[in-house]
Amino acid sequence: MIDTSCSLLGCSVDEDDRYLSMADYEGAVARWCSGCGDHAVLTAVQRLLEGEQLAPEKTVFVSGIGCSSRFPHYLKTYGFHGLHGRALPVATGVKLRRPDLHVFAVMGDGDCTSIGAAHWIHTIRYNPNMVALMLDNGVYGLTKNQTSPTSPQGFPSNTQPFGAHLMPMNPISTTLGVTNASYVAQTGDWVPDHLYETIAKGFRHKGFAFIRVLQRCPQYTTAVFEEAVRNPDMIELMVHPDGINVPELEQVYKNHVYHDPADLDAGRSLAEPHGKIRLGLFYQNESLPRYEEVRQLPSHTAEEKIELLNAELDRYAV
Amino acid sequence: MTTTKPAPAEEALSDNRAKGKKRKIKTIRVPEHTVEVVSDSGEGAQKCGQIFGQVSAMMGNGTWTVEIIPAEIQPPPRTPPSASGNRIRLGTKSVSNWGDGADLVVAFNEQVLLHRHRLEGLKEGCTILIDSQWESHEDEDIRKQYAEAVEEMSGHNYRYVPFPLEEQSATIVENPKKGKNMFALGVLSWIYSRDLDRTRDLIARSFKKKAKEITEANVALLDAGFKWADENLDFKVEVPTEPSSVPRVVMNGNQAIGFGAIAAGMDLCSMYPITPATSASHHLGEIFQKFGGIVHQAEDEIAAIGVAVGASFAGKVAFTITSGPGLALKTEFIGLAVMTEVPLVIVDVQRGGPSTGLPTKIEQGDLLASIYGQPGDAPHVVMAPATMEECFLCMTTARRIAEAFRVPVMVLTDANLATGVQPFPRPDLKAEWQATPPDLSAVPEGTRAYEWDPQLGTSQRLIPGMPGGMHIATGLSHDENSKIGYSPDVHERGCQMRARKMAVFQQTLRQPEVHGAASGDLLLVGWGSTWGAIEEAVDRARAEGLAVSSLQLRFLSPMEPGLKEIFSRFKRVMTVEINYSDDPSDPFITDENRRRGQLCWLLRAQTLVDVDCWTRVPGEPLKPGQIYQAIRSHMPNGDKA
Repeated sequence: MIDTSCSLLGCSVDEDDRYLSMADYEGAVARWCSGCGDHAVLTAVQRLLEGEQLAPEKTVFVSGIGCSSRFPHYLKTYGFHGLHGRALPVATGVKLRRPDLHVFAVMGDGDCTSIGAAHWIHTIRYNPNMVALMLDNGVYGLTKNQTSPTSPQGFPSNTQPFGAHLMPMNPISTTLGVTNASYVAQTGDWVPDHLYETIAKGFRHKGFAFIRVLQRCPQYTTAVFEEAVRNPDMIELMVHPDGINVPELEQVYKNHVYHDPADLDAGRSLAEPHGKIRLGLFYQNESLPRYEEVRQLPSHTAEEKIELLNAELDRYAV
Repeated sequence: MTTTKPAPAEEALSDNRAKGKKRKIKTIRVPEHTVEVVSDSGEGAQKCGQIFGQVSAMMGNGTWTVEIIPAEIQPPPRTPPSASGNRIRLGTKSVSNWGDGADLVVAFNEQVLLHRHRLEGLKEGCTILIDSQWESHEDEDIRKQYAEAVEEMSGHNYRYVPFPLEEQSATIVENPKKGKNMFALGVLSWIYSRDLDRTRDLIARSFKKKAKEITEANVALLDAGFKWADENLDFKVEVPTEPSSVPRVVMNGNQAIGFGAIAAGMDLCSMYPITPATSASHHLGEIFQKFGGIVHQAEDEIAAIGVAVGASFAGKVAFTITSGPGLALKTEFIGLAVMTEVPLVIVDVQRGGPSTGLPTKIEQGDLLASIYGQPGDAPHVVMAPATMEECFLCMTTARRIAEAFRVPVMVLTDANLATGVQPFPRPDLKAEWQATPPDLSAVPEGTRAYEWDPQLGTSQRLIPGMPGGMHIATGLSHDENSKIGYSPDVHERGCQMRARKMAVFQQTLRQPEVHGAASGDLLLVGWGSTWGAIEEAVDRARAEGLAVSSLQLRFLSPMEPGLKEIFSRFKRVMTVEINYSDDPSDPFITDENRRRGQLCWLLRAQTLVDVDCWTRVPGEPLKPGQIYQAIRSHMPNGDKA
């Protein structure tokens, strides 16, 4: 891929003849628990990087704090492992000033929907061209089992030992409610092909691709999707030629709902709970403006800036 | 005092003169004069004062302006807390602070005047131009309030010059409440012989977003005020100007910060609205795009710095601008920028604290929070400009330090610098002041993210896009490869390297200059915008033979070198600051429990010298007269020279 959009780089990397294998994208050995859904997401992302042959030096993974936020360390790209809840502002800053870079933000459920909720809402509205992965295991795992906004009601944790007091938040319907939502999808860690296709489609999407990955925490929320993993009847696939298409999976999961991802109202209605877990693309709209493009301006040389600034200073001259 | 009834508006100036009504006009020629314009909130005295100050500066007077800010958003009219306006100190020479009392006040009513009187804003014998409608108002209560106010202000030799401000304005516009400020500006323009063309230009600029008729009406009011004064007043004030050998510009500190950021080649200001920092982004919002720059208004203070950190990490050093409460919210990200060694400029336009505090008013209360606010040891640079010119120039300095040392640099200004207007030599812009586009050439495979020079603690910044430089910046304690460290010495070493580069940076700083004699009885130490008032007070005391000197610090962390040696040449050292300290004579206050000025704490810790402090938190700049009194009362041998 050659980026032509970058005004900054006189030195854009020449189309190189490197072929990068999955191993070329591997960073440190992943230290998540065995059975953690994060491994599946990492594999899907490595597949994507290889499939798209993304230049590692032009790819940036930004994360917050939590188990999932170790993600960038396990890749050999640029990465920024920052503050709890604050992956999206950093990622937005990277994209805003360097639109030539491929930007991914990786967050957990507490990261995104609790401490970082303001950034989540507003980044949907900014609609920068990036992929946001919300690795949702319904619990704070790194800090040892505290209730998250997506913990099922009644789920006992160390902070709410008699069960979560509140109904869980619905991150999909929340996202679909925000102005400029442009790609909203849900997938699971136990359906690797669907996970891959969802991320790949999100990467190719022009805009902010919000992907919620449903996953278990092998330590604390083993039961959360256990039934769904075992019983295909618990799952309903959203199918459409413009959606996430994994034909083999459609044989396993017999419950299908035909949903055109261009239909926002239908997407919102499908996001509401109805007893089954819906996987697929709720909404996609590539016509919405992307923030880094909205704010893009012609750049100037130092000499041009001096000339312009002197003209401005003339107005303040004594 | 003139009590002449105003001439009919249609009567032209030349006719007036021709009829032989020419009065004897006394011109007072002075090296400096301090003017205040004060009205009810919403009546526009601020705009009147701003334009008057700007024209004065453009005509070559030294000026320094300070806003007088009402206590509430819309306080009841004709009450002291409603007082809103501007002080403009004019001089033949450069003016570095707002001075002591006003020599001349234009008051829209006696209650706002009373407010300024109670705050000791008026000099003995001050000339007061006051709207004549109140003294003889049809409402008995108002007449009574007027009489009571004048009674309260008696004994100060104030000279009242009633003038038909609202009455005359009403002959030109339907609603004189919105417009009499320009009539007042016309009167002032006559008294001080201001250039009306420049004034008209500035009025047009100030109303450029409104309908043309609005500008025309305001210019008509200006002209009417000028004409009225010409026909009725019997005094003028002349503050001579001296031709400047260098071209100059005039602006406030927030404009200077914005221009400075452009001159430094930065092209992203990521901010969230907060007073008194916001006007810098208003200014940038108007002009930044011409330079390819963006003002990003983030969803909150945290996101504002987060976006700046992201852009800086990606190779484009950005800045964020905030004030106390916003600084508190940004703290975690500042620590992260230190830990990840991301260059960044953070401007804090200080206001009164703690908490919401004094949102529009000056304080120097963020010094310790700026330096030590971050958990853990987070060495970074904190600097404080003292003038509008330094606001401009420090942005380039800040960006360069940030990049050279991979460190966040905090710039502390304050509400006084932000809104005050001062002329200064026009900066001679240089291409090398600007950030160069990041060099994204490949680095050898295996280049370490923090290739710390063991002597210097510095390292090359690896920027996304550089082949071979891939790494994961992390806020976790890490080694040279940015790998998360699990052994005790990894953390020790990281802390040591981040601290070392600041020690190296400190070695590049120069010893500060002492103002006055190099040794003596008392040394005052200040920082930031108090510079001008402190030096003026010192000059006054020295003229009377007191052995007092001063120095002003621009770098607070790390601190400029050689302070202990300088302090050793004085019998006593005392900081002068606009932040809180206990008065040692207060009940229960002992040497052990006394809260001290923030710079005072730092200097005591740094030098082990028993540094004293004299601080005030009035929500307004310090006056040279106050500092002069403090000098007298703190001389080691009493106040004898």
